[in-house]
Amino acid sequence: MKLYLKVWRQEHRDSKGGMISYEVDGISEHMSFLEMLDLLNERLIQKGERVIEFDHDCREGICGACGMMINGRAHGPLTGTTTCQLHMRSFNDGETVYIEPFRATAFPVLRDLKIDRSAFDHIIQSGGYISASTGQAPESNSIPIAHEVTEAAFDAAACIGCGACVATCKNSSAALFTSAKISHLVLLPQGKLESADRVVSMVNQMDTEGFGHCSNTEACEVECPQEISVLHIGRMNYEYNKALALRK
Amino acid sequence: MIDAKIPAGDLADKWNNYKDSSKLINPANRKKLDIIVVGTGLAGSSCAATLAEQGYNVKSFCFQDSARRAHSVAAQGGVNAAKNYKNDGDSVYRMFYDTIKGGDFRSREANVYRLAECSLALIDQAVAQGVPFAREYGGYLNNRSFGGVQVSRTFYARGQTGQQLMIGAYQALMRQVSAGKVKTYTRHEMLDLVLIDGKARGIIARNLETGEIERHVANAVVLATGGYGKVYYLSTLAMGCNSSAIWRAHKKGAFMSGVSWIQFHPTCLPQIGETQSKLTLMSESLRNDGRIWVPKKAGDERVPNDIPEEERDYYLERRYPTFGNLSPRDISSRAAKERIDAGCGVGPMKNAVCLDFSKAIREQGRDKIEEKYGNLFRMYDKINGVDAYKEPMLISPAAHFTMGGLWVDYDLMTTIPGLFALGEANFSDHGANRLGANSLLQSCVDGYFIAPYTIPNYLSGELKAEKVTTDHPAFIDAENNVREQLNRFLNLKGHLSADHFHKTLGKLLYDKCGLSRTRKSLEEAIVEIRSLKKSFDHELKITGDEGVNSELEKAGRVSDFLELGELMCHDALQREESCGAHFREEYQTPDGEAVRNDKDFCYVSAWEWKGEAVEPELHKEPLVFETVKLTVRSYK
Ligand SMILES: Cc1cc2nc3c(=O)[nH]c(=O)nc-3n(C[C@H](O)[C@H](O)[C@H](O)COP(=O)(O)OP(=O)(O)OC[C@H]3O[C@@H](n4cnc5c(N)ncnc54)[C@H](O)[C@@H]3O)c2cc1C
Ligand code: SF4
Ligand code: FES
Repeated sequence: MKLYLKVWRQEHRDSKGGMISYEVDGISEHMSFLEMLDLLNERLIQKGERVIEFDHDCREGICGACGMMINGRAHGPLTGTTTCQLHMRSFNDGETVYIEPFRATAFPVLRDLKIDRSAFDHIIQSGGYISASTGQAPESNSIPIAHEVTEAAFDAAACIGCGACVATCKNSSAALFTSAKISHLVLLPQGKLESADRVVSMVNQMDTEGFGHCSNTEACEVECPQEISVLHIGRMNYEYNKALALRK
Repeated sequence: MIDAKIPAGDLADKWNNYKDSSKLINPANRKKLDIIVVGTGLAGSSCAATLAEQGYNVKSFCFQDSARRAHSVAAQGGVNAAKNYKNDGDSVYRMFYDTIKGGDFRSREANVYRLAECSLALIDQAVAQGVPFAREYGGYLNNRSFGGVQVSRTFYARGQTGQQLMIGAYQALMRQVSAGKVKTYTRHEMLDLVLIDGKARGIIARNLETGEIERHVANAVVLATGGYGKVYYLSTLAMGCNSSAIWRAHKKGAFMSGVSWIQFHPTCLPQIGETQSKLTLMSESLRNDGRIWVPKKAGDERVPNDIPEEERDYYLERRYPTFGNLSPRDISSRAAKERIDAGCGVGPMKNAVCLDFSKAIREQGRDKIEEKYGNLFRMYDKINGVDAYKEPMLISPAAHFTMGGLWVDYDLMTTIPGLFALGEANFSDHGANRLGANSLLQSCVDGYFIAPYTIPNYLSGELKAEKVTTDHPAFIDAENNVREQLNRFLNLKGHLSADHFHKTLGKLLYDKCGLSRTRKSLEEAIVEIRSLKKSFDHELKITGDEGVNSELEKAGRVSDFLELGELMCHDALQREESCGAHFREEYQTPDGEAVRNDKDFCYVSAWEWKGEAVEPELHKEPLVFETVKLTVRSYK
């Protein structure tokens, strides 16, 4: 099949970018979306042009590196799917496809579709961990944890840190990402002890990084490839208010 | 002769003896010591975090945009530990034995015993960090059994065990960043190792965001840069996985071992087109209920569902009646290749075999199968657009795990003093074949529990070493070499992309140094790789500039893969036996089983770099078995 692409090209962090048109033919429906871009890049090299830069690594939906806005939707038309897992059979011959980077003040563009997501690392650094140094751990079966609790913690811990939630949110809020970490850790007995400080610190860090506030549109959940639930945002707010109320 | 420095004493006491007598550094002095850790996978993150907790200053490097994305994140199945929670007779010794045997008696007893011993603490550590391992309804940890062993010792977090362990290690690392003990350098690629007075004292790295070439100095350097299975281009590895860090260290004097011992995973999605970039792994657990077959007749053009039962060859059940569809990875992969080569492959490229659930669905019901493997069937559908409840999955062996890597001694130190190698980047614990769920373990154990003892032991001798800065001529030299190579790539006036060379090399290695090899195929491969390298040096074309440039990154990696590929062939050629993943067609029984030669090859081959297109030099580390008896590894 043949597609008409409009791709965001931008030289540097500070330069002005724009949409550039490309026609790509010879696409097979079995290709992944990123393989389609590989094909285009191979042709750009032949023409002596700079390739389209995009982040990717595992190409199996787990590292969270890939991610772009495809026809205005984070990771493209399917739900529960990363860009690398999206295949060309989801597109029609002759279609025009708009490809842009994830956009947010806290995610500056580096080049083309590559963005800087280090703000997510900063949020985790502000408290998204359990303080258990190597050597301190007790015997692992000494604290039983209910099956359902572990499963619920897992659901939250499954976040791949891709940033689709931020890119989808009209406020560029990182609430889904942050709350998934809050939930993961607060649900487990090991993580409860530090929960008050953690939630206050992480929520403040979101503001510092320049993410917007959550206004409960729930758009993020729809585009999250790991189907992380917005209920975690509710838990984060609850934990945050509890922490503030109990603070002396 | 190279010395592995195995501590004295009984097998079960060696590690304790080591710890009891290793040298300590007082906390005030730890603050004065800097350590570079390249890699943020399980091995790198855990090592960097633990050293920082101890008080050392750590610089942590990775090429991804966040430490959390290292390829450890992709491991699905689980992690082994000899906890014996199932009360099924497991023990440290049994796990040690299974691992030694699984590796076809080509690993060191002392290292493997330590791996099993430290497995207990790893589960404790991970749980304390918040890793949500599967639990029983009573709240205790659950286990399952995994490839080729009779006990249930595998801990798992759904099909995302690697991701969950990785997040635990990443968060421990981030905690140390906020404590000011670790500085992270993401989007940085190590391009050379710097030696001063014969010791590892720093690295040259390229900032992949700005293109700047940076010098970093330290008292010791740790390489935890993962496996190099991507040398085959099509593999289960991530696109960025590479050998550059270990290869450049090799060229600076670190020996490489087990270089050609590559595990091919039997249950991966086959290649279906020329533009394909990745062979996705489907969990091996599918083999518990799926039956593997190919048509009896070569060149059968019918779709699998149209082939009647009596015309199907369930070749694993036929050849290995005891283990059948659950035969170990190397054996299953080789058997598939044998049938595919005989013309019995299925699928559009005739390169796959069927993994059929119809019997299981008939006997257990679709619901049951859906409950067990629903997510895998969904993933299969997502990638292929095929409903595997209705037709067999098509699977095929793919390059997956590298048993080989930098040679290390018991301290995990390479032949270069002060240079350590951890995780998949070293060669040490898996012998010629790795058992499933043992490598997450090895990466974690290396990083959390071993290196934090052995590195200080080394550093204690470095307290009085001369202080060096990045102005040292060795740094200037190394930086110049890196710059020269990058400029050469950018200025080449060729016409072929880095991917073109990578794909060509990958195909060549699959054919000639893959699941099976012969003297002839390897000799041919060496000649062909040399000529491919020549063509690469002249006909490569890189567009773009020194800034963000993924093509420039690829060029360096492919250049190293080409040299590594040649060493793989030398390694496979020199070892005139079949063992584990290394199957030399000349050495097999009449019914196609591997023939190991303990008389002549019971040693580790450690290769020394001698220059481009020059034969490498072989050093031998004899393998001494004091505890186990060498037997034939049979799964008939
Ligand atoms: C699909 C898949 C499934 C698997 N499933 C299992 C399983 O179920 N159980 C099991 O035990 N094992 C499994 N394995 C194997 C296991 O995951 C790996 O062996 C292990 O995670 C390797 O960890 P590591 O820390 O050594 O390397 P990695 O996690 O690969 O990390 C390598 C790090 O090095 C960095 N790096 C590399 N080169 C450079 C450079 N030049 N400069 C700077 N940084 C660099 C990378 O950025 C990265 O941070 C699986 C492997 C794959 C591919
Ligand atoms: S919450 Fe979902 S969308 Fe947001 S970073 Fe995590 S996986 Fe991506
Ligand atoms: S490339 Fe890893 S999630 Fe898409």
